[in-house]
Amino acid sequence: MKVVAKTANEAMAEAMRQINPDVVAAYPITPATEIVQIFSSFVHDGLVDTEFIAVESEHSAMSACIGAAAAGARVMTSTSSQGLALMDEVLYIAAALRLPIVICEINRALSAPINIHCDHSDTMNVRDSGWIQIYAEDSQEAYDSVIQAMKIAEEAFLPAMVTADGFILSHAMQRIDMLEDEEVQAFIGEHKSPYNLLDIYNPITIGPLDLQDYFFEHKRQEADAMMKAPEVIKKVADEFGQKFGRKYGLVEEYRLDDAEYAIVVIGSTAGTAKDTVDMMRDKGHKVGLLRIRVFRPFPAEEIVKALKNVRVVGVMDRADGVNAYGGPVFMEVRAALYEEEKKPDVYSFVYGLGGRDVKPVDIERVFQMIMDADKGKKIDRLNYIGVRE
Amino acid sequence: MKETWKELPIGAIIKEPGSSKRFETGDWRTERPVLDPEKCIHCMFCWIYCPDSSIKVENGKMEGFLYEYCKGCGICADVCPTKAITMVREEV
Ligand code: SF4
Ligand code: SF4
Repeated sequence: MKVVAKTANEAMAEAMRQINPDVVAAYPITPATEIVQIFSSFVHDGLVDTEFIAVESEHSAMSACIGAAAAGARVMTSTSSQGLALMDEVLYIAAALRLPIVICEINRALSAPINIHCDHSDTMNVRDSGWIQIYAEDSQEAYDSVIQAMKIAEEAFLPAMVTADGFILSHAMQRIDMLEDEEVQAFIGEHKSPYNLLDIYNPITIGPLDLQDYFFEHKRQEADAMMKAPEVIKKVADEFGQKFGRKYGLVEEYRLDDAEYAIVVIGSTAGTAKDTVDMMRDKGHKVGLLRIRVFRPFPAEEIVKALKNVRVVGVMDRADGVNAYGGPVFMEVRAALYEEEKKPDVYSFVYGLGGRDVKPVDIERVFQMIMDADKGKKIDRLNYIGVRE
Repeated sequence: MKETWKELPIGAIIKEPGSSKRFETGDWRTERPVLDPEKCIHCMFCWIYCPDSSIKVENGKMEGFLYEYCKGCGICADVCPTKAITMVREEV
């Protein structure tokens, strides 16, 4: 273990180097961050054995990843924002073909207007593509999660993306405990493929036409893999925790035990929000926080367990569903709680779009609003925090 | 009986090479061509026009249809100069 100062870009690129994938196909144009550029210098310097394929678009990048993974290779790539949106069509194919590809994703806003700063619109856009999604709170977690994701993907036979907030994490330097190369290799183990296109003794056909009589069965099988993924994710996280001391779950509860009011966040905002919770606790408010780390598969059980005894919940979304109802995380958290007899009231708070800063005072305002709502004050179901009114 | 989702190989792959030979593409037909041999003059117009090579020909004679592949488009019936082919509704 060595302590280094790294940005999330650098930390994720280092995780890729230590994983030493067989193939990386990428198209690092703006708004992609420097992850692929850093990784390509590792290729140039001979620090990895990777076949680096520079393609002409993100669509081609994921297509090449799919081909390589189908041929039995361990495959990774990296992208951001528009790049992920351009991959969209092919992301579904990677998932349905059950190929264990890992993307290091930096969360940046989708156009228009053009913006390269943090929000979650890019990964929320592909939340139903069949990929596992892990949202990191800090660069250490981004680094650790990339290593875990490779193992998870190869055990669940589902592709996985690990995301870190644009600029806030991607370009900010942080203290990182890095594992030794050998530790990473020992942890991820031998590469596992669901099948191998190049096995001439067992020839297979990939991606044939699949009509009314089989398509549904294949989708049901994919759904089953996602249903089983939580166990795989927890098992890999436990093993990681035991070996290296840093523990991760599907969600993280912070001062929720006796909380009456809670907010739900994903990504780096959890750091600011934890400080805000502490500040408000000092003032005597019974507040707490739930951070969703793994958004796909959706950890409904854990969320319900954490929130069912709270009076009011404010779900903070760094992406707007633009559906005139509520943000994507809000929609799902609220739906998960529906089954409970005694359930909290749940409100949606969209914030931080296009990198708009979120300060403790903004989070305090969310708490204040849900506390006021509890006292009978009428507030909107969908609220926008930090926008000029 | 076709496989359940639990029995199929992972990732929608097909493990048996050449299995498409067993795929009978005629199963979406709603109408079936029927020949009246009395009227047929064996001009082979139907054989030329059939887009699915589903006209059975033996010794230069039109001998009926390959229903495994005939999609029921009705082109043969349309081009037949003697009206020897009739399209009949497929019963479910
Ligand atoms: S109905 Fe169409 S497919 Fe069938 S034999 Fe006639 S031309 Fe060929
Ligand atoms: S077109 Fe009519 S007449 Fe000519 S071969 Fe076919 S069925 Fe017979």
